[in-house]
Amino acid sequence: MDDFLFLVPVALLLGLAGLGAFMWALGNGQYDDLNGAAERILLDDKDTPL
Amino acid sequence: MPFAPVIVSKGALEKPMTCCTSAGGIALTVATDINRDGEILLASRLVGDGVRQTDLSVPSIHCGACIRNVETALAALPGVEAARVNLSTKRATIRWHDGAPPPFIETLRRAGYDAHIYDAGAEVKDTAFNELIRALAVAGFAASNIMLLSVSVWSGADNATRDLFHGISAAIALPTLAYSGRMFFRSAWRALRHGRTNMDVPISIGVLLAFGMSLYETATHGAHAYFDASVTLLFFLLIGRTLDHLMREKARTAVKGLANLAARGALVLQPDGDRVYMSINEITAGMTILLAAGERVPVDAQVIAGHSDIDSALLSGESAPVAAAPGTYLQAGVLNLTEPLTLKATAAAKDSTLADMVRLMEAAETGRSAYRRIADRASRLYAPVVHATAFLTFIGWMIATGDIHRAVTIAIAVLIITCPCALGLAVPMVQVMAARRLFENGILLKDGGALERLAEIDAIVFDKTGTLTSGMPRLIDPAAIAPGALKIATAIAVHSRHPYSRAIAAACLANPTPLEPDAVTEHPGCGLDARIGPHTYRLGRANWALSDSATDDTGLVLSKDGAPLACFRFEDRLRSGTHDALKALKRDFEIEILSGDHDAVVGRIAGELDLRYSAGMLPAGKVERIRDIESHGHHVLMVGDGLNDASALAAAHASMAPATAADIGRNAADLVFLHESLDAVPQAIGLAREAAKLVRQNLVLAVGYNIIAVPVAIMGHVTPLIAAIAMSSSSIVVIANALRLGGRRRVGKSAATSASHVSLDIMEHA
Repeated sequence: MDDFLFLVPVALLLGLAGLGAFMWALGNGQYDDLNGAAERILLDDKDTPL
Repeated sequence: MPFAPVIVSKGALEKPMTCCTSAGGIALTVATDINRDGEILLASRLVGDGVRQTDLSVPSIHCGACIRNVETALAALPGVEAARVNLSTKRATIRWHDGAPPPFIETLRRAGYDAHIYDAGAEVKDTAFNELIRALAVAGFAASNIMLLSVSVWSGADNATRDLFHGISAAIALPTLAYSGRMFFRSAWRALRHGRTNMDVPISIGVLLAFGMSLYETATHGAHAYFDASVTLLFFLLIGRTLDHLMREKARTAVKGLANLAARGALVLQPDGDRVYMSINEITAGMTILLAAGERVPVDAQVIAGHSDIDSALLSGESAPVAAAPGTYLQAGVLNLTEPLTLKATAAAKDSTLADMVRLMEAAETGRSAYRRIADRASRLYAPVVHATAFLTFIGWMIATGDIHRAVTIAIAVLIITCPCALGLAVPMVQVMAARRLFENGILLKDGGALERLAEIDAIVFDKTGTLTSGMPRLIDPAAIAPGALKIATAIAVHSRHPYSRAIAAACLANPTPLEPDAVTEHPGCGLDARIGPHTYRLGRANWALSDSATDDTGLVLSKDGAPLACFRFEDRLRSGTHDALKALKRDFEIEILSGDHDAVVGRIAGELDLRYSAGMLPAGKVERIRDIESHGHHVLMVGDGLNDASALAAAHASMAPATAADIGRNAADLVFLHESLDAVPQAIGLAREAAKLVRQNLVLAVGYNIIAVPVAIMGHVTPLIAAIAMSSSSIVVIANALRLGGRRRVGKSAATSASHVSLDIMEHA
């Protein structure tokens, strides 16, 4: 029973961190151009998102 | 050692067009720089602090090298702050300092890419989709965590642990329901307030009751809580919603991205001699408009100076160009082919022919809105049946046991088990798969309802110009013309943009001519005049080119000093695959041609294809004819491209348009096909029927699951574990069944090839 007291919060917090990361990525426009991102890895000049 | 992709991209840099054979040469743009600047300024928007943003649609971007070429070319322009390419949407976003716009489009054309202005202002940002994705992510997180807790409860956690886990589940479920469930609740509330019911009503009631009962159970230390069921239900339903939305949105942006070819404005000559580029809505009757060759007439107008040829194929369906001279009235939307014209506007945009067409279309569309999608029809039956069952279960258990807690619990279990998550996935899942298959074949689907309607049709009506035919004339039998004469004709014809000249030039592409005529002049409405050595050659209408002509033939004549050398005849070329497609369609459907063109032209094509036809139809006439066919109990598919077809497209049960169609036509049609071939029509119908079959199967599966599960629930044997298993398995069966549509034989054309076809098609048309 004692183990739950920190295992469950840890599991939930990790899940929440993942959810938060996804929400950030979505709002930041990381999913706007998936094909472009795949190609840009081959271009080696400095590259800042607009 | 550098690895392979780097070498490829370097090679591509030296020769910018290695991987993307440029379509740039085909586009013919003669709009003046002033026009272009005005148009860019009009379509750009201020993004703060003297910086403007312009979006360009660049359909020929294909790879990493293209990204680099486009971005470096644009960033090198003076005044450009930043340029960024989006490869997925094939768009370039440019930020530049306020002032005169840098020559974006010319720069890109020189780099080998054709660009069109993309009006980002007209596009409402798709917040609904982001909202759905966020709701889905939250529901997914909550469902997985609550399910983990539930598993340990089902495996026999002791009472204190169970209560703790129920408490944690409640704490996760409450915000999730509030966040992810709000769109269902909102829609259900709206429906209830108007005295209607939709699929969201049983969903909302089921989810809320399950949550409420579980909360009560948790508070009273009960054994069964349905938090997992209520959240998982939301998760599954949101998947269905998101897929549905994704499909519609994708097709809509794709249709929009086909480059907006309609004029946004026109160059207006002010009384003081200034030339100002004004947006269409600002132009009023009486203004003087300067129209370059290759532009569309923005509003209804009368020619006051200049001679030119006018292509009104999109507006009237007439395939042959007509001459325009001072005094000629031109309708908004017709294309000026050869020479610049000065026009006097006779009506504002809202009173122009174009606006009339839109009104006619809107009127026609009201008929179709009566169609109810199969999911809506199912939910109409579903909700009352489910609620009645739950209510009767409650009454039955009350009478049998008199235990109100037990009766309520079982009634709610019935509601949970019947909650339509398989039903909610049954239709969108199939339609998403169908839309993907269609897209692979170069067909864009606007919404799922169109697919259902398409499966029902049993009669097809075709427009002629631009639909059955490609809308471009072709030289008949070039081999029969003396090679010398053809050579001279080609040398003269390459100097003109008239469709007939282009047809002659196209027929002779194989053997380029070294001949270079001097002083070629174009006489709009008549033909071309050229000097080669001491002789005067004329290529044009017989009564103009020949010194003594009795005939007034429709063909073209090449004359040398007034004496005939050769005669050219043209036909509107049938789209490739038309014969095969129609042969396949004729077996199952009543087919008819409705065209605005002259009787003789339509008759010849109809004879060749062995179809019934009506010629000289006005837009209202086409609508009338479609209504007539539908009143005999048929469902009509309209295939057309012109402005004159737009109202018919909207009136028909289902409609298709080629990518080359007028904007209005494309917007009115349910499906847009990108390839040249008419094969798209039988393909789309075939797929729609296949999809309709799968939808029916899925509905049967979903209902079949209820037939098994509901008696179990009514008997009171449902536990949260059984509910979770039953719900998930039924959803998975439905999804798996829908996936079969994507798995079957695939016609191997990738999205990339279809995209390049679009750009080519458009440019040929432009």
